[in-house]
Amino acid sequence: MTVTSSGPSSPATQTVDGVTMSVDGVDVTVPKGTLVIRAAEQLGVAVPRFCDHPLLEPVAACRMCLVEIEGQPKPQPACAVTVAEGMKVKTQVTSDVALKAQQGVMEFLLINHPLDCPICDKGGECPLQNQAMANGRGESRFDGVKRTFPKPINVSAQILLDRERCVSCARCTRFAEQIAGDAFISLQERGAKQQVNISSDQPFDSYFSGNTVQICPVGALTSAKYRFRARPFDLISTPTVCEHCASGCGLRTDVRRSAVLRRQAWDVPEVNEEWNCDKGRFAFGYQVEGRLEHPLVRDDEGNLVTASWPEAISIAADGLRAAGAGAAVLTGGRLTLEDSYAYAKFARAVLGTDDIDFRARPASAEETAFLAALVAGRPVGPTYSDLESAPVVVLAGLDAEDESPMVFLRLRKGARTRGVRVFSVAPFASSGVSKVQGCVLPAVPGDEAAVLDALADEASAHGDAAEAARLLCEPGAIVLVGERLAQSPGALSAAARLAAATGARLGWVPRRAGERGALDAGALTGLLPGGRPLGSDAARAQAAEVWGVDVAALPAEPGRDLESVVAALHDDAAAVAAADDPSAVERAVRALVVAGVEASDLADPAGFLAALEAAPFVVSLEQRHSDVTQRAHVVLPVAAVAERFGTFVDWEGRPREFSQVFPAAHSLSDARVLSMIATQLGSTAFAPDVATQREELAAFGSWDGERAEAPSVAGAEPVAVGHGEAVLATWRQLLDHGLLQEGDPFLGATARTAVARLSPSTADSLGVADGADVTVSTDVGSLTLPLVVTAMPDGVVWLPANSDGSTPRASLGAGHGDVVRISGGAA
Amino acid sequence: MALTPILTAHWDEPDSHTIEGYRRHGGYDMVPVTLGVHPDDVIAFVKESGLRGRGGAGFPTGMKWGFVPQNTGRPNYLVVNADESEPGACKDIPLMLANPHALVEGCIHAAYAIRANYAFIYVRGEVPHAIRRVAAAVREAEAAGFLGTDILGSGWDLTIVVHSGAGAYICGEETALLDSLEGRRGQPRLKPPFPAVAGLYGGPTVINNVETIANLPTIVRNGPEWFKQFGTEKSPGFKLFAVSGHVERPGIYEAPLGTTMRELLEYAGGVRAGHELKFWVPGGSSVPMLTPEHLDVPLTYEDMAGAGTMLGTGSPMVFDETTSVVRAISRWMHFYKHESCGKCTPCREGTFWLEQMLERFEHGTAEEADIETVDEICEQIAGRSFCALGDAAATPYAPALKYFREEFLAGTHTAASELFDPVASTVFAGAAAR
Repeated sequence: MTVTSSGPSSPATQTVDGVTMSVDGVDVTVPKGTLVIRAAEQLGVAVPRFCDHPLLEPVAACRMCLVEIEGQPKPQPACAVTVAEGMKVKTQVTSDVALKAQQGVMEFLLINHPLDCPICDKGGECPLQNQAMANGRGESRFDGVKRTFPKPINVSAQILLDRERCVSCARCTRFAEQIAGDAFISLQERGAKQQVNISSDQPFDSYFSGNTVQICPVGALTSAKYRFRARPFDLISTPTVCEHCASGCGLRTDVRRSAVLRRQAWDVPEVNEEWNCDKGRFAFGYQVEGRLEHPLVRDDEGNLVTASWPEAISIAADGLRAAGAGAAVLTGGRLTLEDSYAYAKFARAVLGTDDIDFRARPASAEETAFLAALVAGRPVGPTYSDLESAPVVVLAGLDAEDESPMVFLRLRKGARTRGVRVFSVAPFASSGVSKVQGCVLPAVPGDEAAVLDALADEASAHGDAAEAARLLCEPGAIVLVGERLAQSPGALSAAARLAAATGARLGWVPRRAGERGALDAGALTGLLPGGRPLGSDAARAQAAEVWGVDVAALPAEPGRDLESVVAALHDDAAAVAAADDPSAVERAVRALVVAGVEASDLADPAGFLAALEAAPFVVSLEQRHSDVTQRAHVVLPVAAVAERFGTFVDWEGRPREFSQVFPAAHSLSDARVLSMIATQLGSTAFAPDVATQREELAAFGSWDGERAEAPSVAGAEPVAVGHGEAVLATWRQLLDHGLLQEGDPFLGATARTAVARLSPSTADSLGVADGADVTVSTDVGSLTLPLVVTAMPDGVVWLPANSDGSTPRASLGAGHGDVVRISGGAA
Repeated sequence: MALTPILTAHWDEPDSHTIEGYRRHGGYDMVPVTLGVHPDDVIAFVKESGLRGRGGAGFPTGMKWGFVPQNTGRPNYLVVNADESEPGACKDIPLMLANPHALVEGCIHAAYAIRANYAFIYVRGEVPHAIRRVAAAVREAEAAGFLGTDILGSGWDLTIVVHSGAGAYICGEETALLDSLEGRRGQPRLKPPFPAVAGLYGGPTVINNVETIANLPTIVRNGPEWFKQFGTEKSPGFKLFAVSGHVERPGIYEAPLGTTMRELLEYAGGVRAGHELKFWVPGGSSVPMLTPEHLDVPLTYEDMAGAGTMLGTGSPMVFDETTSVVRAISRWMHFYKHESCGKCTPCREGTFWLEQMLERFEHGTAEEADIETVDEICEQIAGRSFCALGDAAATPYAPALKYFREEFLAGTHTAASELFDPVASTVFAGAAAR
């Protein structure tokens, strides 16, 4: 049963506005405004219900929860009546009237229900089935003709609807309208023909559609992913945390015969409430397809061949020993806190290098400084519940619906129920901005710093910006920055200035699940665990103590980030070729340890792959075959998220521990593999187990010592674009070509169609009409996409960053803020 | 009691529906008077008259107006429920055809009293001729300066919007009507909030029946005391009684409340020749039926309640001995099943089931146990459903069973059409015989 109170003030402690009433003769005091059905729950009395859902507005349609209330002539729906002082409620437990009313409603619900439980996915976990057994008659008196419908219909590529099973509770339609804001399903027709349906020209395209399957109290809504796959009682369920983004959603992972068949949202009131997004729900096929099963090493002819673990570990250790402090560690953004910590420790305490970066995406030194100063190792907050009650939330370089769906849902909840004002520093109002009734503060890519700086000064701001500036000074105001700002020089500096000037709280919302944990664990150059600056003697001494190494063995100077490592590898190659630069030996990168880095995610994919080929020695710890494993000298397979336990740290900084779905899995976590290499390298203090890693992290504790200053990088001068040119704006959609969505075609089919966006006058200048083709090109290549004319600054073109038909990094060699050419028609 | 043609006084004049015809008898004369007093005085005046809603529930009109809060920051609205769809009811539509200006003028008094600047008349979609008449009357009133801005120099504005429904009985339920008016699917709303607090577009809203509103000009003109001389203490005034069915002269008879069915039958020329009264329904199909023994019960809200039924819309349907009560109930049940909006389980599923059960009685294929089952189904609907539609659907069966149990027993072996020739109860049955 859902816990409905959120935040620290539990109903039991709230006596100020308490209302005392009785349920079945037992007194209970609940907050004013509580619904009778919730008051009964507090006493452990479960009134049967279908349409009631604690996170949806009451509708009182199913009439299953009828109870007797003293003084009322008719039984009342407990889900819609609020408590009153002295109210006396009698539920089915003590009232024959209530019991008879409920039994009557149950009998009605079943007359048109197909009772096809033996072939229904919901059978075994079905509220209708359960409550029919508990509150219904053994035999139906109905022996007439049932209403039927052709079955099923696809309301989207993923969601199927068997209308004859529907009890018209309107949970799904209310969810779509109230929670997701995608009211693409609705009740249609009348009477017994009433049915949930879509309009003929608009499928139920919602990032959150899977939630309707979960909250459907019957088997009317099912997913193509799970339909007919299993019976609930054959499933083994494990509480887990989603690995897809930094929202930190609690999940329930259901397994049958060693295969994950389903994932559902877990009830975590402080994080995802009871919802999650379709990516988190349906994208888990990647954990099976294309997996590495054995270590691989190079044979004499340079081919990757299967090797035993001892052999592979030995070769890896030899290569790394030879490289010494010339090794660099690139961890990707998807690791658990514990694994990231293991890499952070391995780099410093075993390899003796500070060349470590968790960011497998365009990043900047400014971002490194920003994270070190303001985010790394900071306590939890701002939080989801802070978002819900903030006077204003300014999103900078963050499209919450696409990049952190739970942030979006919480903003929508806040906007709908508490009037939270949302402003988005972005080129245009995306659907995610519209659905939070948000207001765009238009920013040309690269110009975000200037827009943010303008908000710091209410007096000189105009229009919407002035309103945002005023609200930012109110207590509880929040600024959320996304990963895109790292591509806009000066933007993160401006965000830091804005927060300092207004008192607003700053939240960093990365896209990937492992980034905040990696940052806190110290998997970033210049940072030790807990946000400790590597340059601090005290911090290094503490690290040496926890790690049981001599402080002199730890690197003292900040190392290089991914981009610099890649550049160094190119330089080295050049220097070796020229053979005339002795200092190149000093700063050469002689080995790489790479975990979960995908070349296509980086600013320069080709350059990265070339660097891998130039690197003398590459160890790849990976789950699946990739561009990196193909170029590695040693490939060590590691565990997918279901095969291990650990912790993700969500964007709030909240640790989200999860359990192991497959306790008997043979695969090894990254940390375990690193410990084997460390042992081979002679290190004695590298524990393989998560418990020890957690103990060590706890031993580090929080850091209240010195920190670097926030960066103050100047914003770039506005780019002048000529006719036929535009500044590229681009970010990733939630559902796209992301590798972790491979193997899930139904989910992929619900992804948004890629389009290009231009302002009306820019479109006019090209002579392109809405819906016609527009071509975006650079010297590298071109992309042609249908145009959606959008209210946005002139001279800007937007493309999705990694969608079907739109991969600007790979196809154009261009990213957010780069100048591209635009023209009408196909290339 | 004698007939009291007041609203119907001039219906036989060829131009009764025009503003000229209406003004010839003093129409709109009282508008300046109303606009000259404080709105609260108008409310007090209507309260004093004791006028009760003519849509069926009989709620005191002045009291309903008094619930409307002022200065909420949202506009107040007047909504006229002209979605007359109840089987048997046929009083509002003739009124709108013959005397639409009484409705328009009534809207002016009512809207002024509740401080509304917009009034909506939601007319049943199946009567385009009535919609045209009302719309024409609104145009005429606008042209004459009784609607629009700064009406008669008072500084007060009123716009009347005539809105056509789309053919759903449920939209006569006031909150479903509001949803429909707002462009949504017509389904009843959860209350509270009640429309008086948060109704149309979330604004405080009064919803009155056509006849209620059309009564206002006469009350304003003649005063509460005049109004109260008609009817009884608890049911003051006069009423359009729409008598239909097996009578010689079906039609609308305007008479004081408290008139008996026996008197109405006399006005209507009695039960059709050669036949005798079997049962009658005082207020549309949604109220329990009565028998000849109830002919002398006064047609008031309180006396009808005392007889176990309701005055309802005041539209008596008369059935003679050629009628199969089983078939009548079965037809009504088909109607309710067809019109159930589907929102709540008891009504949606219950009417679906009831229709099938009553068809069995009609076809002579029922079992004796079905008599009890149907009774229980009705009990499971009544008082359990979301709005009054379910209650209405569950109403007719029990009194029909009480008075005519043998017909339901016959339904276990003989089709109703064999016991009661359907042709015999038609209006052309006599013609065929002749």
